[in-house]
Amino acid sequence: MTEINSKPVRILLQAFNYGLFMALIWYFASAPSVRILDDDEAVITIAFAHAGQLREPCRRLSQQELDELAPNMRKPEDCPRQRSPVTIEAWLDGEPFYSASLPPPGLFGDGGVDVFHSAKITAGTHRLSLRMNDSVRIEGFNHGLEREVRVDPAQILLVGFQSERGFVLKDGLK
Amino acid sequence: MLVNPVKRAYLALESWFNLSFGSEWNPLYHLGTLSFFLFWVVLVSGIYLFIPFHGSLDGAHASIEYMTHQQWYAAGVMRSLHRYASDAVIVTVLLHLFKEFASGRYRGFRWFSWVTGIPTLWMVVTLGITGYWLVWDEMAQFVAVGSARLMDALPIFSGAMTRNFVSGGMTDRFFILIEFLHLLGQPLLLVFMLWLHVKRMSNVNINPPRGLAAGTFAALLALSLYEPATSHAPANLARVPQEIHIDWFYLNVYPLLELWPAQQVWMLTIGVTLLLMMTPWLLPKKDGAKAVVDLEHCNGCGICFEDCPFDAITLQARSDGARYDHEVAVDPALCGACGICAGSCPASNPFRMPRGELKTGIDMPQLPVDEMRRRVRETLDSMLGELKILLIGCEHGLNVERLDGDEVRGIRLICSGMLPPTLVEYALKHGADGVMVVGCRQNDCYFRFGNRWTRMRFAGERKPILRARAERERILIHGAAEPDIGAIEDDLAGFRERLRELKPAEAVSSVSPETRRARD
Repeated sequence: MTEINSKPVRILLQAFNYGLFMALIWYFASAPSVRILDDDEAVITIAFAHAGQLREPCRRLSQQELDELAPNMRKPEDCPRQRSPVTIEAWLDGEPFYSASLPPPGLFGDGGVDVFHSAKITAGTHRLSLRMNDSVRIEGFNHGLEREVRVDPAQILLVGFQSERGFVLKDGLK
Repeated sequence: MLVNPVKRAYLALESWFNLSFGSEWNPLYHLGTLSFFLFWVVLVSGIYLFIPFHGSLDGAHASIEYMTHQQWYAAGVMRSLHRYASDAVIVTVLLHLFKEFASGRYRGFRWFSWVTGIPTLWMVVTLGITGYWLVWDEMAQFVAVGSARLMDALPIFSGAMTRNFVSGGMTDRFFILIEFLHLLGQPLLLVFMLWLHVKRMSNVNINPPRGLAAGTFAALLALSLYEPATSHAPANLARVPQEIHIDWFYLNVYPLLELWPAQQVWMLTIGVTLLLMMTPWLLPKKDGAKAVVDLEHCNGCGICFEDCPFDAITLQARSDGARYDHEVAVDPALCGACGICAGSCPASNPFRMPRGELKTGIDMPQLPVDEMRRRVRETLDSMLGELKILLIGCEHGLNVERLDGDEVRGIRLICSGMLPPTLVEYALKHGADGVMVVGCRQNDCYFRFGNRWTRMRFAGERKPILRARAERERILIHGAAEPDIGAIEDDLAGFRERLRELKPAEAVSSVSPETRRARD
């Protein structure tokens, strides 16, 4: 096993090795960079939580049915827990970019669904169309939105949903 | 003998570092301790940074910018040390992994250290990831969204986590949770894993040589001053950062999320992890026969207990009614079958039981001490050259039998540490003009301490010592791997010249049987 005998040479070579080690760390600590979006790109994100409507409507119990129940269990309505799936479709400039039918989670299918989809789009003005069905008792779609939107480069156009307002668009948060 | 290409590559790297650092400071011999040292640098700098750090979404980035720019000479340097030492840990840990793999030190009885090492590496990586969150800049945003996507791909989160980072759900409370994980939870878990990782080893050292530690720290400090660590722009959840200068040591998985679905990224990482963890069984190698204790010849002195590199020997109360207080017991699951214990046993003295079979207190069934003595005698008796030089090597260093010639003959043991010093004395008494012990490269013993214990025993620093009556000029200790054969040949030539100048050794065969019996 060979070692260099000259101390100055050994020190110089050690310094070279340390330098090599640090150069490796310096480079990979920040390079090569990752390009996430091009200069003319933006992002559209559909993100919201929503519980589909109940699959079956609540039913009023008859007096006879109520009498058969224990006094502390006599609720006037029987509401099955299972909820409808949420079906959503989205188009941008007439081209579909998202379509999903999300079943309600949970052991009894009674949970709310989380909708999340993100896609890169070209920055600029677009025609956005959205529609959603959240009830098996309704044919077709019971919620919708059609609007012209403008997105800047690197901007996130966020599509949300609120039960009382329907689809809502946000062009950023902070 | 050819060594596999991976090992050859590692040995070449090792030789390169030996040129300037020597065997004492060679960083490849101290990768574990160097990782610990870097961990201390990260810990101390982290504690310092915690004092001016503002742990909130609005305050974190500003407080780090203040440290970096206004207080660049103190907190700024500490920040850079924190980052670069963390990056260096990944390099040393990966080299450690490569070294153990290349040297075959990952299978058989070593499976436990290997298997616990893989999740330990992941813990280091996740600790770094949460550290990048705390800067709360665009890179932190990139990491946060990517981590949330990874979490959401698991059945338990169902898409709820990523939404937090685009719909205003990120709060100070969540940020403080990440802070708690980074500052306390993950480091404690990491310390536990490190303890588990080294649990099956004895005499664990966590400090590198001072010179190596000082050199590494100076290099980190120089890099910190030359290129201080900086942040990206503050995180803005309304926008997507266009370009990120990511730290590839920790964040290499995240760019994949731009190309693949999160489930595929999970499959890749879990697949690589499982593959690494199963390596000891995918490329198996059977351990040699484990050490066996012979209580009839064990006085419970405990030297083998002190010398065992793998904590396989325990000292316990005597069970056979003998007059000694203790006896030793071997746990076969932990035993590395290195034979260092046989070399340490005072009863392995070849001058004992000269006529019959030599029995010792603890021995290796595949190469008992009696067999070692027989091989030494037979080898010396078969040599006809002017000089008789015995080379005693090990199975994991240079194959000494490659140097066989008229005046030189090699014998291979399992480890140079299984050589009782008295066997060298015995060889000199029985016709050898010189004995050269060639273990693994110094400080890089396959069985951790074989060559170190041998040097210490020969220097009289560790029991059993080489007795004073053995002529030191006729003994040479070396460490070598296969590529070092040229250097060993040079040293052997010098040794040969030295022996020629010395008077011939007094061989037992040249003295009368009575004298020999008296000596034995």
